[in-house]
Amino acid sequence: MTMQLTDAVALASPEAKARAHAEAARKNLRTEPPAVRIAIISAAILFLTVFVVLPLVVVFAQAFSKGILAYLAALSEPEALAAIRLTLLVAAISVGLNLVFGLVAAWAIAKFEFRGKTFLITLIDLPFSVSPVISGLVFVLLFGAQGYFGSWLREHDIQILFAVPGIALATTFVTFPFVARALIPLMQEQGTQEEEAAISLGASGLQTFFRVTLPNIKWGVLYGVLLCNARAMGEFGAVSVVSGHIRGETNTMPLLVEILYNEYQFVAAFAIASLLALLALITLIAKTVLERHLDEGHEPRDH
Amino acid sequence: MGLTLSWLSIIILIPLAGLFLRSLELSPEQFWNILSSRRTLNALRVSFGLAFAAASVNLVMGSIIVWALVRYRFPGRRIFDAIVDVPFALPTAVAGVALTSLFAEKGWLGAPLAALGIKVAFTPIGIFVAMIFIGIPFVVRTVQPVLQDLDPEIEEAAGSLGASRLQTIRRVILPSLAPALLTGLALAFARAVGEYGSVIFIAGNLPNVSEIAPLLIVIRLSEFRYADATAIAVVMLVVSFVTIFAVNRLQRWAQNRVPAR
Repeated sequence: MTMQLTDAVALASPEAKARAHAEAARKNLRTEPPAVRIAIISAAILFLTVFVVLPLVVVFAQAFSKGILAYLAALSEPEALAAIRLTLLVAAISVGLNLVFGLVAAWAIAKFEFRGKTFLITLIDLPFSVSPVISGLVFVLLFGAQGYFGSWLREHDIQILFAVPGIALATTFVTFPFVARALIPLMQEQGTQEEEAAISLGASGLQTFFRVTLPNIKWGVLYGVLLCNARAMGEFGAVSVVSGHIRGETNTMPLLVEILYNEYQFVAAFAIASLLALLALITLIAKTVLERHLDEGHEPRDH
Repeated sequence: MGLTLSWLSIIILIPLAGLFLRSLELSPEQFWNILSSRRTLNALRVSFGLAFAAASVNLVMGSIIVWALVRYRFPGRRIFDAIVDVPFALPTAVAGVALTSLFAEKGWLGAPLAALGIKVAFTPIGIFVAMIFIGIPFVVRTVQPVLQDLDPEIEEAAGSLGASRLQTIRRVILPSLAPALLTGLALAFARAVGEYGSVIFIAGNLPNVSEIAPLLIVIRLSEFRYADATAIAVVMLVVSFVTIFAVNRLQRWAQNRVPAR
């Protein structure tokens, strides 16, 4: 490094030499002594290792602590399979609902001006900052035996709480912001020119949406769906309040992790947990890939 | 348009309105009695106190992590950058059992800590640890883009005008990062206050000592004491409203400050 630098300086003209010195001096103004640098990097690595890497490693270590056969046996228990099925079903419902809503909400917010827009955006963000337990509680207050619609539901023999509809509703509530949040900035940035052009050339509203808007935002849609799905499959607090914990019927994967853990069935609990952790890791990798696509889409517009 | 508003009201407004209506059914006296009971007060104190302590740790450690990720090059930097998001993506129940097993008396970290006489799992320190875990991405991801976009020239100017490195950081860089740092602190705090899944396994859940407010809501619900659950929920909801509001104001303040810089 120093060899290269001195060589370059020796070969260069006096002006270039001066410039190289100035460059080095400027760089020095923006960095810290090596000892400080090493201390900061070590602190960051140590903290992330203790608080993030180790918990992740523990999940897999515990899941495989009795060997791969015990792991596979735990995953093929009927209870585990039922939980996996229910989790997939609930995630499909809430991702589907929030996909439709997120598209419409982002479309309305990004392409039109109307009163109360800021309020609408705040409202969309709300489920992010409400405790998941409270998200579950509101549905108990609405549909529970003493809830506002409780007696009506009982008369008509409709079961929402402690059944799949309640779990799906609570999950939809909690994952509500993801798709809309991913799309609003993207659609705002793209403006309305292309749509206006399509419509003035005779395209119908739906044609414009499917041929012009949707292709422009496809990576954003995928991004929103990805995060929405991860949260939907992993939601614990809200679902725990509305599910009733009926074994084999209303237990999602996170709820089964809790039950098995409390029964000291650690291998089984961590086996299910390892599937959820794997989902999280895949989500993160896919997210990184999608972010690259989204950034590429931005560049021509930014410059 | 109409569809958006009606869907939004069905899924968000009606449930929340239900919560507030339910709490209005209580007389102010009943409301006060529930909130001022020893167990409720202790649960709220545990949740808010530890959430603030954890968010403060996140503020300091988050800043250090951001600085390392943005300013330095070291092996594995990109991996550590990606790993910061794990607490966002990992389901809370998984985080809960993992942290408990890690910090339990026989766990990888629990055993050496126990040898030093520090008990983490099943004590308030466990709650604190879980809250640090879930809060860290909030600080890192709000501060990181701001530090990346910081104009290098102002630092160079400060340095060439004779400021020491410490002075430059304190007088030039920190004030520019302040809105982002405060936003990150507020977001980490809001998340930690409401957190349930990753905390309840490691907490021990001893009433008055290591019982968090969200757990008390769940317990009251299972006892069919809906009024109690609602009252605690309303207090927590009001705090999260205030926090979001503060964050939004902070963001506007930060945006308005940019031209002046």
